Amino acid sequence: SKKVQAIYLWWQKTIIDQDLLQSLPNLKVIANSGVGMDHLDLKLVASFGVKMANARCAVSSSTADTGIASLLASARRLVEGCHVAVSSGMEYCEADFLGVEVTGATLGIIGTGSIWCKIALRAKAFEMDILYHNRRRRKEQEEQAVGTTYCEKVDNLLQQADFVMVVVSLTPQTCKLIGKREMELMKPTATLINISRGAVVDQEALVTALQTGVIRAAALDVPFPKPLPRDHTLLKLKNVIITPRLGIKTDKDTYMVTEEAAENILAALNGLPIPNEVLPS
Amino acid sequence: MWYHKPVINEELLQSLPNLKIVASSGVGIDHLDLNLLSSYGVKVSNTPFVVSTDTADLGMALMLASSRRIVEGYQIAVSPDTEYFPADWLGAEVSGATLGIVGMGTIGYKVAKRAKAFEMKILYHNRNQRNKEEESAVGAIYCKKIDDLLQQSDFVLLSVNLTPQTHKLIGKRELELMKPTATLINISRGLVVDQDALVEALQTKVIKAAALDVTYPEPLPRDHPLLKLKNVVITPHIGSATKKTRCLMMENMIESIQAGLTGLPIPNEVL
Repeated sequence: SKKVQAIYLWWQKTIIDQDLLQSLPNLKVIANSGVGMDHLDLKLVASFGVKMANARCAVSSSTADTGIASLLASARRLVEGCHVAVSSGMEYCEADFLGVEVTGATLGIIGTGSIWCKIALRAKAFEMDILYHNRRRRKEQEEQAVGTTYCEKVDNLLQQADFVMVVVSLTPQTCKLIGKREMELMKPTATLINISRGAVVDQEALVTALQTGVIRAAALDVPFPKPLPRDHTLLKLKNVIITPRLGIKTDKDTYMVTEEAAENILAALNGLPIPNEVLPS
Repeated sequence: MWYHKPVINEELLQSLPNLKIVASSGVGIDHLDLNLLSSYGVKVSNTPFVVSTDTADLGMALMLASSRRIVEGYQIAVSPDTEYFPADWLGAEVSGATLGIVGMGTIGYKVAKRAKAFEMKILYHNRNQRNKEEESAVGAIYCKKIDDLLQQSDFVLLSVNLTPQTHKLIGKRELELMKPTATLINISRGLVVDQDALVEALQTKVIKAAALDVTYPEPLPRDHPLLKLKNVVITPHIGSATKKTRCLMMENMIESIQAGLTGLPIPNEVL
């Protein structure tokens, strides 16, 4: 363990705690395979003089694809439809098996970052009206380039959107960002899509909202390896699609993310500026 | 007429001497014998343009769902046996990949518009080449020979009408021209694909996967091999299945029926 100078965290494993840091005196850098750093105690790691880096560049297109894929799958009831198509009892498809329109609908994006632009561009091709809410407003040229409208209050976004997509980092401020109040502001025909961390949504409130028709449906790309308990209600609801953190799970991304991490590690070990350094703040 | 029912045959037409018009839902009219209907003086209408957008949306949904393994992923996420998730379970990228569209009519063109936003390279094959403005608006490159499209595409999407010329358009030969990493998406008609050849191609990994909103017949017999393959996503012909579109289709059909009954020119008449 004295030889270990760098750690490459793959899907949040291994767990970095005080014991581990103490056992690796020559550790210089921890490189993460992804953007989110909420699984790391940044201050603790920094206190050992260890630098940290994430992988920003690789993730945007793929995560944006996941967001739109989840939106489309939920709107058109793709998973349910697939189940109907292959089920042993099927003689014909019910004529009233209907989804909701995507083209021309209103998408509300909560959170920005590099994913925002890619999601907006994809949604624009479906002729969607795009609203967004963030702490800070984007520049006018950026807004116009992708045809989005800023909602200073998240309530305005929630009341107008047919699809609400959440793409925030998990912080103490964004934990349970979408709760009972927010869901009740949403249209009863609306769909919630969460491609951030699971904890951004109040899960129990979501179960109630889905069961009572407060919102129409949800698509959750929940974090793994933290599967929900097998008897959790969310797993049984027909109007929920849960996917095991598809976010950036493609073979191309795996290469790119690993390349980025290698770059960061080599920079740290050679005492050079780290491209994607993350500072505790 | 919804979902191709009732079946229009000689017997039915003889029993309905005052039948003036058959208004069919959707754009496809391959289930109707137009010559037979014409011989009985019965007019026919469909609902061509109103279904295009939803069908294009579904084409994109199937491409994304198949490549990112959403259906499989869902099953793993909710399975009672799942304890953890293997780190090497991966999907394939859509962004930046090559999409080959076979049939660049209204629906095919709308798919191209959407795919462009995913930074996809777009090839297309059609009876006729589109004009330069239309091509450059979506960045589509014409492939006069379908073989060229098949050899280069990561995703092959079928959006043709079913005609005698397009019947089994995609057979063993075409599937073998495709990349072994490619996915076939069918939003046209089941008979455009040689289904037995498709089963074999999927089983022997000649192609990677398929996503089908249409099959032949619909639904497939419950013991059909396509229903058991892991690398197939099948949806029950829901291309136009949204509330808004179904209402619009119904409105179109009523308009056509009213025109047909009052002897006025029929909107969306099929000749």
